[in-house]
Amino acid sequence: MSDTPIYDIENLRLSFPDMAHKPLLGPAPRVEILKGISLRIPRGDVVGIVGGSGSGKSTLGRAMVRLIEPDSGAIRFEGQDITHLGEDALRPLRRRFQMIFQDPMSSLNPRRTVGAIIAGPLKLQGFDRVSGRVDQALDHVGLPRVFRKRYPHELSGGQRQRVGIARAIATEPDFILADEIVSGLDVSSQAQVLNLLEQLVRELGLTLAFISHDLSVIRRLCRHTVVLHRGEVVEYSETQALFDAPQAAYTRELLDAIPLPDLDQVWV
Amino acid sequence: MSFLTIENLSAFVGPAPILRDVSLTVTAGEVRGLVGESGAGKSMIGKAVLGTLPPAVRVASGRIVLEGEDLLAMRPRDRRRVIGARAALIPQDPLTALNPSRRVGPQITNRLVDILGWTRHDAQVRALELLDEVHIPEPERVMRAYPHELSGGMRQRILIASAFAAEPRLIIADEPTTALDVTVQKQILRLIREMQARHGTALLFVTHDLGVVSKICQSLTVLYGGKVLEDTRVGDFFAGPTHPYSAALLAATPKYTDPDASLTPVPEAVIDGVRAEIEAFDRMHGHV
Repeated sequence: MSDTPIYDIENLRLSFPDMAHKPLLGPAPRVEILKGISLRIPRGDVVGIVGGSGSGKSTLGRAMVRLIEPDSGAIRFEGQDITHLGEDALRPLRRRFQMIFQDPMSSLNPRRTVGAIIAGPLKLQGFDRVSGRVDQALDHVGLPRVFRKRYPHELSGGQRQRVGIARAIATEPDFILADEIVSGLDVSSQAQVLNLLEQLVRELGLTLAFISHDLSVIRRLCRHTVVLHRGEVVEYSETQALFDAPQAAYTRELLDAIPLPDLDQVWV
Repeated sequence: MSFLTIENLSAFVGPAPILRDVSLTVTAGEVRGLVGESGAGKSMIGKAVLGTLPPAVRVASGRIVLEGEDLLAMRPRDRRRVIGARAALIPQDPLTALNPSRRVGPQITNRLVDILGWTRHDAQVRALELLDEVHIPEPERVMRAYPHELSGGMRQRILIASAFAAEPRLIIADEPTTALDVTVQKQILRLIREMQARHGTALLFVTHDLGVVSKICQSLTVLYGGKVLEDTRVGDFFAGPTHPYSAALLAATPKYTDPDASLTPVPEAVIDGVRAEIEAFDRMHGHV
């Protein structure tokens, strides 16, 4: 069992209808977003998924936690094929894979308190001792327990993102998908949230997939890195190796485009 | 000779100070970075110069001098004329800055015609010239396109062309590459620098990214809570910032070449120090 990767993705294809080019009558043509993606994520790994906008990184993530259904190919979660499972069959699995969203302002219900937000998935999954688990989740992300009574708008960006993380870890998942969760934050809150994620991965034995366009952040956090370009995997290797000797031309282009905070004005 | 001089500018929202005695200069052909975290007041300074502050913001004191003209002392009508002719903005989000229901062409030329009194023909010729200058292929076709038909990088190129159209002496760029991919960001930064050098424009570059500052600016101002903490040359800053907050901000900036040294959050003690500095300032000026 321990040899089974937590995710085994095989030749995954996914397309969306292209409404901009829909004829007046009849179905819209389809744009293929994922063009045959294969990927294995071993248990306990921290994998970075990078690529430019339109590379399909968020779509891949959403397919992995089955917020959307792929056209073809297979997604196996701990050996179980979840590619086309219906919502009823997915519900018990949802406890085990959770997602943290990019924009906490739109992914946290503004009319519910932090406590109610974190308790949401716990109640849905029929957990006991909900209140105690909410406290525990808050402790894990370093927010004081009094924050249970607060509303999202009363928190800073970094604190809101911690609430998103607390909600994700509350159900004790095996896998968490984090989609650009630090890109809206100031560098200092960004550093805090990344340090927190590192610590949680260690303490809770999480497997983490971390979607980002920022290779500097990936370098710090992830053991392996997948580079996506136009719906295809162009490189998948150990992070260290990828930065030392990038294989794909697109990876080199991405690396070369990062403005490092040093005095090299020849760069532009 | 400085194009823009801001002297002791203070502004409030209700009783709360949002700019505290801000002074800075931008000289001819210089690119000055305006750096800080969200809420530091960096965008507010740009808005104060362009006269686009939100209605709730009250400028209490200070001077903004653009090429010898004291903007705050002028009648609003004269002020708009001076700003319209001599300054321009490159905004953050190219999608919201362009009107989605109108073609691109008129959005560039209208300003020249309506505000600067050019003939429609001259404006058209100039717009085509500029689109060519910002490396847009088939400028005639792009002039007829709607914003949604163009990519993010293309839209930002159009706004850059539009900003340079009337040969302004000062351009304020407010996080112009934050919404773009890194590869597109590099192209746009290169373009801004190329245009700025060719036209000799002074540039006030608002950003939270010290990486970007190191690539495009000659000088920078670090802000926190609407107060200037450090005003220095870029070379000196990256050799060693003098203010502890600047140093902490630099340490928090991720750097893929040195993964272990980066990503240290700004320490509480440093923030406490800056807050104490600001409180002392407020007490001295009777803002408490």
